[in-house]
Amino acid sequence: MLTLTHYLILSAIVFSISLAGVFINRKNIIILLMCVELMLLAVNTNFIAFSYYLNDTAGQVFVFFILTVAAAEAAIGLAILVVLFRNKRTINVEDLDTLKG
Amino acid sequence: METILFYFFSAFMVLSALMVITVHNPVRAAFFLVLTFFASAAVWLLLEAEFLAVILIIVYVGAVMVLFLFVVMMLDINITELKAGFVKNLPIAIAVALAMFGTIYYVVGGDQFGVEHFATPDRHAADYSNIAALGKLLYTEYVFAFEIAAVILLVGIVAAISLTLRRRPNTRHQKIEDQIAVKSEDRLRVVEMAPHARKGERK
Amino acid sequence: MFENYTDSQVYLAIVLAPLIGSIIAGVFNAYISRAVAHTVTIAGVGLSFILALYVFKYFAFDGAEIYNETVYTWLASDGIRFEIGFLVDNLTSMMLVVVSFVSLMVHLYTIGYMTDDPGYKRFFSYISLFTFSMYMLVMSNNFLQLFFGWEAVGLVSYLLIGFYYKKESAIFANMKAFLVNRVGDFGFILGIAGVLMVFNTLDYADVFAAASSHADMTIELIPGEQWSMMTVICILLFIGAMGKSAQVPLHVWLPDSMEGPTPISALIHAATMVTAGIFMVTRMSPLFELSETALTFILVIGATTALFMGFLGIIQNDIKRVVAYSTLSQLGYMTVALGASAYSAAVFHLMTHAFFKALLFLAAGSVIIGMHHIQDIRQMGGLKKYMPITYWTSLLGTLALIGFPGLSGFYSKDSIIEAVHASTIPGSTYAYYAVLAGVFITALYSLRLFFLVFHGEERMDHHTKEHLKESPWVVTVPLVLLAIPSVIIGGLTISSVLYGDYFHNVVFVQHAHDVLGHLKEEFHGPFAMILHGMTQAPFFLMAAGIATAWYLYMKNTELPGKIKSSFRLIYDILDNKYGFDAFNDKVIAGGTRGLGNILSKFGDIMIIDGFVVNGSAKSVAWFSSVIRHVQTGYLYHYAFVMILGLIGLLALVVY
Repeated sequence: MLTLTHYLILSAIVFSISLAGVFINRKNIIILLMCVELMLLAVNTNFIAFSYYLNDTAGQVFVFFILTVAAAEAAIGLAILVVLFRNKRTINVEDLDTLKG
Repeated sequence: METILFYFFSAFMVLSALMVITVHNPVRAAFFLVLTFFASAAVWLLLEAEFLAVILIIVYVGAVMVLFLFVVMMLDINITELKAGFVKNLPIAIAVALAMFGTIYYVVGGDQFGVEHFATPDRHAADYSNIAALGKLLYTEYVFAFEIAAVILLVGIVAAISLTLRRRPNTRHQKIEDQIAVKSEDRLRVVEMAPHARKGERK
Repeated sequence: MFENYTDSQVYLAIVLAPLIGSIIAGVFNAYISRAVAHTVTIAGVGLSFILALYVFKYFAFDGAEIYNETVYTWLASDGIRFEIGFLVDNLTSMMLVVVSFVSLMVHLYTIGYMTDDPGYKRFFSYISLFTFSMYMLVMSNNFLQLFFGWEAVGLVSYLLIGFYYKKESAIFANMKAFLVNRVGDFGFILGIAGVLMVFNTLDYADVFAAASSHADMTIELIPGEQWSMMTVICILLFIGAMGKSAQVPLHVWLPDSMEGPTPISALIHAATMVTAGIFMVTRMSPLFELSETALTFILVIGATTALFMGFLGIIQNDIKRVVAYSTLSQLGYMTVALGASAYSAAVFHLMTHAFFKALLFLAAGSVIIGMHHIQDIRQMGGLKKYMPITYWTSLLGTLALIGFPGLSGFYSKDSIIEAVHASTIPGSTYAYYAVLAGVFITALYSLRLFFLVFHGEERMDHHTKEHLKESPWVVTVPLVLLAIPSVIIGGLTISSVLYGDYFHNVVFVQHAHDVLGHLKEEFHGPFAMILHGMTQAPFFLMAAGIATAWYLYMKNTELPGKIKSSFRLIYDILDNKYGFDAFNDKVIAGGTRGLGNILSKFGDIMIIDGFVVNGSAKSVAWFSSVIRHVQTGYLYHYAFVMILGLIGLLALVVY
């Protein structure tokens, strides 16, 4: 028998994996962006699970919006990445320390 | 049956997510991410979110991930350099991930969200349309948010284009407007001149 | 008063006419000619003089009721109203006539005196502004407006002492006047604050009505010492008067104020502004009567000023400074009268003194014009035949000053001496002998000046002598016009002002202090007073003073030099003006500078600059140099911190 907890723990696992990914792949900015997408996926799964178990479609509406924003974010993030690479010839995060105090 | 499907796709999802963060090549990472999205779309179908599952595949797999691949292949990236320090960061990554998971598990673990709190709802009838239900809500209660989402997408388009567009002053290209506006006088000039005899010719 | 106008309109016209003249002459300075400047200001002051005469008639002869109305409410805060209003009674109307008359004379005189001056229009603007300020002072019906007028006349005085702003000594003199007056004004405003604290109102009428019920109130300024509140307030107010009316030890600015043009010395520093303190104390008589301590304080200060400032007049050689010290001495007389509760006598002397001292100053100015701005009396002499009008008017002014029987100074000064003699409050014996000796001194220095300037051998150089002639009519007419009241005003008005009921509802005297009431029983008219005065000590002292002056400066002219060399010590003390200036410079100014240096070095540079300002900046710089290493610029560090924060917050909520 499937309960809400099953889904929530699934998304928690995915979220934690993506969190670990941020730390493991701390040099490659593309993988970092992918990890962010994974996190959003985990959150969306949470929303849908709640929507199903509470029998409230509003949760799905939120997922819809999150997808929209995530798509826009991915587009802009990649655009920034392209510009960054064009100017610096690298996407290595360790070379990008202009904000260093 | 559902339980088996859930565990199958969940394992699929977790494993491919793990592959995303561990493979060396970003291209392969992107493909594993696609796989993750597929698995999660299946999980969403189990939750009766058909429309969103389909959207996830179309938008994410079809558009966003292609964009990722596109960028990854476009950029000339030294992969070995980017992968350095992988092992060194592994313990801290595991520690953080475990701490995060522990905290979340403490919250969502069986006590609060178990079957005694949230009973599995009944399946909808066969003629239930998830799209219609979602559409009704989206175009009535959330219509303003929906429009804002549209604007956000527009802004995303404009921003992405304006960021990456660059003018190259040295490239040669046609000036089409000049070509259209040209007149016959600009091409041909009739010159009148006095005739004169060639050397040695008789008059 | 007039059929078509209300009283308040008339009073406003009096006050505003000179202000408008001043604004036209001052603000439109660059756009108007000299003739316009003096015409509008004289018209303004002339109008106010005529109206003042009407007002005087209205009160003195028609016996009008006291006018006390608010014209404008500036603000009301916590039940206290700050207003502009007029209190017009017999005292005010008399002050109005005196101020406007002397001011008008000075305006006229200025046309002649300042002919060649580039600041001609500015000068007219200033003196009209002064007239306005003085009106505001004398007509006010509350303490705030009094303070406004008080400061406004001080401001104009400051501007006019420094009128020749390119002259260094003038700048120092006006700064000195300003600073010394600050000391007095500080006391004055504390006194006003005390009044506000006790009575919770600034309106004269309310304060005076409530005065006697607060007579026994005390205040604990130093822990354990209970002082009478009235004494504290009165002494603080009187400290203001000491600054403005140049009483010892705040007198030091007045002699230096002679750096200003002579018409100003006549108007501000002899006739009107310096008497503001006398006027103020008279106005506050219901308060001062409640404190015998304050009266004694006033009496002793006044007597000291009257006598010791007179001594200084004897050795001065600058014609204006001699007259200035004589002004100090006469102000001392008025203050003595205040201390003896003879307020009417003080105001009476204020009035007569305004006329004859303005006359003397303007005559001195006339002499200065004739001498081409030489002011040293050692270079004068024998001017009688060159400047007859100046000579005769000066003679009348001098005789009035020394109290020659029959002239106005005689009535006022003899009344003061008699009043002090009759007074019983502590210090009156000292004051009596001081003012008595002052009579001899006054006669000595006045006649010394007179003889050295107008008689004896002609000591000026050849060039000056050739050009010596009588001043133009705009100068001599005011002299003659001022000479008339100097002679007759005393005899005309003594019966009503001093012994009549002219001040019956203005001045309040406790029965125990009522010396004038005591004198009234022996008063049998002005002529009887002359005859009686001929037999009294002041007359003989005055005659002795004249004789001494005549002997020393006409007959035996070597003697003063011999006296000077044989009493070197006394001469030096007098020459240094008792060391007040040196004391102020070394102890007060030097001490302040020393204190300032110490505070600057330790307080400002070390603590504030070094510790607080630079110290905090340094500690911020040090702290940030440490903390900025946190900002690595690496994305994953920020992400790490964010996630740690997230986990922390989550843990906080969950556990």
